[in-house]
Amino acid sequence: MGFLENLINGVSLGSVYAIIALGYTMVYGIARMLNFAHGDVIMVGGYVSFIIASSMGLNPLFGILAAVVVCTLLGITIEKVAYKPLRQSASLTVLITAIGVSYLLQNLALLIWGANPKVYTSVVAGWPKLMLFDGQLIISAETIVTIVVCAVIMVLMVLFIHKTKMGKAMRAVSEDPGAARLMGINVDSTISTTFAIGSGLAAIAGVLLCSSYPTLMPTTGAMPGIKAFTAAVFGGIGSIPGAVLGGILLGIIEVFAKAYIGTQFSDAIVFAVLIIVLLIKPSGLLGKYVPEKV
Amino acid sequence: MLSVQDLNVYYGSIHALKGVSFDVDEGEIVTLIGANGAGKSTTLNTIAGLLRPRTGSITYEGESLTNVPAHKIVNRSIALCPEGRRIFLNMTVRENLEMGGFTRDDAEASESMERVFKRFPRLRERESQSGGTLSGGEQQMLAMGRALMSNPKLLMLDEPSMGLAPILVEEIFDIIKSLHEQGTTILLVEQNAQMALSVADRAYVLETGNVTMSGKASDLANDDRVRKAYLGG
Repeated sequence: MGFLENLINGVSLGSVYAIIALGYTMVYGIARMLNFAHGDVIMVGGYVSFIIASSMGLNPLFGILAAVVVCTLLGITIEKVAYKPLRQSASLTVLITAIGVSYLLQNLALLIWGANPKVYTSVVAGWPKLMLFDGQLIISAETIVTIVVCAVIMVLMVLFIHKTKMGKAMRAVSEDPGAARLMGINVDSTISTTFAIGSGLAAIAGVLLCSSYPTLMPTTGAMPGIKAFTAAVFGGIGSIPGAVLGGILLGIIEVFAKAYIGTQFSDAIVFAVLIIVLLIKPSGLLGKYVPEKV
Repeated sequence: MLSVQDLNVYYGSIHALKGVSFDVDEGEIVTLIGANGAGKSTTLNTIAGLLRPRTGSITYEGESLTNVPAHKIVNRSIALCPEGRRIFLNMTVRENLEMGGFTRDDAEASESMERVFKRFPRLRERESQSGGTLSGGEQQMLAMGRALMSNPKLLMLDEPSMGLAPILVEEIFDIIKSLHEQGTTILLVEQNAQMALSVADRAYVLETGNVTMSGKASDLANDDRVRKAYLGG
């Protein structure tokens, strides 16, 4: 039973990574940049939903809604203010800016909400646990909801990029922005939409993450952000199924490492796995090898 | 219809177009010929809005195009079929064509698609294949079909015969002729000067960013200097 429980918890944690990794991978695919502030958007989503649901005592649904709206706007604003002016700059410049935005968000959160951790009330608090095998296997409502939400988001994203006009335009931009412009596609607004979607997803990830791991502080998003980035690279950055696969595998590896090897080692093992995968398959599990254009 | 006046374009500090001027009248086929690096593609990319001229003007049907962003050019009923085709390799043939009709509403786009499929029956057969699996000739047809999806009055073709077997080159030029007969104005850039001059009404010769000669295509085809430089003697 212990094994099964760990597996399910791993998939659940991995689902959170997967949702965050989707944002990383979509932004990378379309804007060719690593948005290292993405993890901190999760934290903002956590705080916004905390204020609405826990502090003001409104229905958690409003908290989620507010978090999605605020994070979407935040994502669009970050792109417009910090990244868009650097569209023609070297990728290193953009990378450093992204790290700067990350610290800016963390410190703004520190200023606004203080350093003391908040205890987050799960959005599904009071929902029944699932008991299997005569109560030997107990699965929390958070775990189930997280996995279901991740599956739904994954299906919706795949449908979105394959069936809608905007989604197809995104794929066109990610393949050849110049040719996409010739088609009449506004590349700037496509990038903006991508940031909006990624940040909206980050808000949902924030709510799910804080529901399972209820300590909320300004650095809450940093580590899951890095791990989700790892997951996106692991699965093949730029690939949507890759982000989900990478996220879930990473979650499973992390939980197993915690359970069978030791809590202190789990992060080291997660990143060691990343290094090994990249040594064997540099483009990630589902990524395509794309030679650098000269 | 299209008038380019004294266009100067730079790539960083490289002066790529040094005061290029030319006109295209409605219903014509005009070709720009010249060696590699003469500025032919730069000229088309500047008209399409992908590059910004430092000075000079581009006027189309009486309106300035000089500062119109690339994604709005297609709405002015101009389409560029770019050098190297640049189709979307990971998208299907149908999706590529849909992108070509991105700015049109659904009814117009499906009408255009029907027209493109009629002109290029092979694209209909390959409809759900991804662009990357097509042969070179099919990719060129897809690139042209994609440009035609917006139903342009002015079609700019950049090296449509590049890398194709002679029989396919003939086929592409037959398509160009038939598009022209149906009223599309064409601005053609070609390294295959012989073919280009044989279909064009007028031609301009570009050399290192300057227009050095211009005139009726048939006259240029018989000009000694053009024959020596571009037609193999």
